[in-house]
Amino acid sequence: MSDCHGSAVELAQVRPSGTRKTVAIVGPPNAGKSTLFNLLTGLRQKVANFPGVTVEHRVGSMKLRDGREVDLLDLPGVYSLEPRSEDERITRDALLGKLPGVSRPDAVLLILDSTNLGRHLMLAAPVLSAGIPTLVVLNMADDLEKRGGSVDAEALANQLGAPVALISAAKNEGVDAVRNYLSGQFAVPKPVELPVLQDVPKCRQWSAKVGNQARYQPPAPPVWTRRLDSVFLHPIAGPAIFFFVAVLVFQTIFTVAQPLMDATERGVSTSAAWIGETMPETWWRDLLVEGVWGGVGSVVVFLPQILILFLFIGILEDSGYLARAALIADRTMARIGLQGKSFIPLLSAYACAVPAIMATRTIENARDRIATILIAPFMTCSARLPVYTLIIAAFIPERPVLGSFLGSRAAAMLGLYVLGFLAALVTARLLKSSILKSDRMPFMLEMPPYRWPTVRSLGLRLYDRAMAFLKRAGTVILAVSIGLWVLAHLPLKDGRPPKIEDSLAGTFGRTVEPLIEPLGFNWKIGIGLLTSLAAREVIIGTLGTIYGIEGAGEEGSPEQSVGLQQALQRDLTPGAAVALLIFFAFAMQCLSTLAVVRRETGGWKWPAAQFAYMTVLAYFGALVVNQAAIRGLF
Amino acid sequence: MQLSVDKRRWVTLADLLEGQQGVLDCLELPEDLARRLMELGFVPGHVVAAAKSAPGGDPRVFRVDGSEVALRRETARCLRVRLAE
Ligand SMILES: Nc1nc2c(ncn2[C@@H]2O[C@H](COP(=O)(O)OP(=O)(O)OP(=O)(O)O)[C@@H](O)[C@H]2O)c(=O)[nH]1
Ligand SMILES: [Mg+2]
Repeated sequence: MSDCHGSAVELAQVRPSGTRKTVAIVGPPNAGKSTLFNLLTGLRQKVANFPGVTVEHRVGSMKLRDGREVDLLDLPGVYSLEPRSEDERITRDALLGKLPGVSRPDAVLLILDSTNLGRHLMLAAPVLSAGIPTLVVLNMADDLEKRGGSVDAEALANQLGAPVALISAAKNEGVDAVRNYLSGQFAVPKPVELPVLQDVPKCRQWSAKVGNQARYQPPAPPVWTRRLDSVFLHPIAGPAIFFFVAVLVFQTIFTVAQPLMDATERGVSTSAAWIGETMPETWWRDLLVEGVWGGVGSVVVFLPQILILFLFIGILEDSGYLARAALIADRTMARIGLQGKSFIPLLSAYACAVPAIMATRTIENARDRIATILIAPFMTCSARLPVYTLIIAAFIPERPVLGSFLGSRAAAMLGLYVLGFLAALVTARLLKSSILKSDRMPFMLEMPPYRWPTVRSLGLRLYDRAMAFLKRAGTVILAVSIGLWVLAHLPLKDGRPPKIEDSLAGTFGRTVEPLIEPLGFNWKIGIGLLTSLAAREVIIGTLGTIYGIEGAGEEGSPEQSVGLQQALQRDLTPGAAVALLIFFAFAMQCLSTLAVVRRETGGWKWPAAQFAYMTVLAYFGALVVNQAAIRGLF
Repeated sequence: MQLSVDKRRWVTLADLLEGQQGVLDCLELPEDLARRLMELGFVPGHVVAAAKSAPGGDPRVFRVDGSEVALRRETARCLRVRLAE
């Protein structure tokens, strides 16, 4: 196997069917591995402009010229083959063929950032010495050229004894070379003896020498990155901009999203009314109108908001600002015993806790990692957004707080986000000063150059988000709504459904009512709290269904007689509404999160503790608020 | 006579002000940590320049070997540099 020469050709030879070849994509963080993977497979691995985006392996199928398919393997970025964290371990294991369920790669695509070749070439020595046929891919050729750098790929190939291709994955330039290589149509140079260097300075000397021989001209420093940093990292302007942007996000959610939401809502209710009128009066018409339209429809309305939130997160991640935010946050994180690197998963938890918990794999210290996993669900995920919006819109009148810049509703929303963040900080502080105490870990984070988020990548993100959201509405929420509708119509009395209070669902709700009455919630909210254990936004679908059934019962009209907001105003006092907000801020109502915590921590211990802690906090938080409101304390 | 001049020029990364640069001399850190820092570009002999920092001056971004890497002061203090002429 030591003969690398011609091995790429071997890959292309016809193999007995059933033995698919595996090609691993290896390289330093943020070099563009996932961008290339997406290009070659047509999949949509997450791409963003900061190190440590990919944290697990992902297999995708790629069609070669001759019609055969190979398995392409996208891997987390590594600085060397000496792992310090979980994600780096995965890449090392994959190269050694030790990754469960993945065979040892038959070829490697080593992706290096051509604008930083001196340092990135250090990875070439150990990877090439692994003895797997390797194509060295120098990515970001567009950037290299723009900043006046250059490299002689052929000379480099001769130096390394491995073929070299200069490409731009983002611009889809030169990528044919990669396809040619995998199809065996690429000249492979004579292998050379590579130094096996454990010593980093010696390795760096070697890479400098190789770079010189390949006439590598490093590019000029990124001027714009420096200019932008002098603004974003300015001691006063920096934090001010951060605050300004945060406020802008929430204000946009209430102002820009509102007309869109109203339009969607009109669409939903008009179509519900239309169905109600045109279809014959049967039980399945009621199921469709009350269960499906009332349940799923009332959640779908929140799509515009979620998309606006994700647009901002996308800009944050693609531009490279996220790494600067982690830098600014490091001091605060240090005070609670964590470090700036923990801040990156926490920020992505604003979208969803599940990928955020996965992203903690980049944290080197095991205890820091567990602490970050445990606090991530306190961050306000996008599933809380519809719940917050609904309650805020129903109970808080719109008034200017900071002129037209910040309204009272956006301010309330901002407050809830801050509350979640504070809960996370306090919890981390408690954990890090007790059971998860550890030495302070150093903070080292590479700052990527700023890049323009492209319309295409933002568009794809939003599209994927919208699809995921609608899929959830069409599966979990649909199932819960239909199930609930059925339970709300049973048991039949003389062939007719009972009053909803006396139905199975109603009985269930009224059984838990004594428990939640001190919080100001009635049995309907109780049912919502139970169903929202599956996922937070399910409460909206549930309430939509319940009120739909109720409305139909009252007025005999098949359409939703009162909107969700008015119905809530009837059912909750303002104090109880705040209590409900607090409950949602703290409670762990997400099965997917619990499942991923179990997987990442390797057992039920942590997810169970986390669930108990968050539920207790949510219950007592809501209790205190509601009782204080009853006693007129606010 | 040269000795005293040299002594005066030994500082750590944490002493560099924004815009100042120095030549990295050694990393007084545990082996594995030093290794990772070297992989990030902090190889002895390389020029390191102090750049922007978080508000309050900590952590700070350092430019080294074509990259920008943020380090806390407590780590930067363990990297000795010679001020460039
Ligand atoms: N200018 C330019 N940018 C690129 C190119 N390829 C990738 N990028 C950008 O580089 C950033 C990182 O790309 P990713 O594909 O996420 O990098 P990765 O190697 O998978 O990163 P990790 O998963 O963190 O290891 C993104 O912002 C990409 O848009 C390229 O050829 N030219
Ligand atoms: Mg990636």
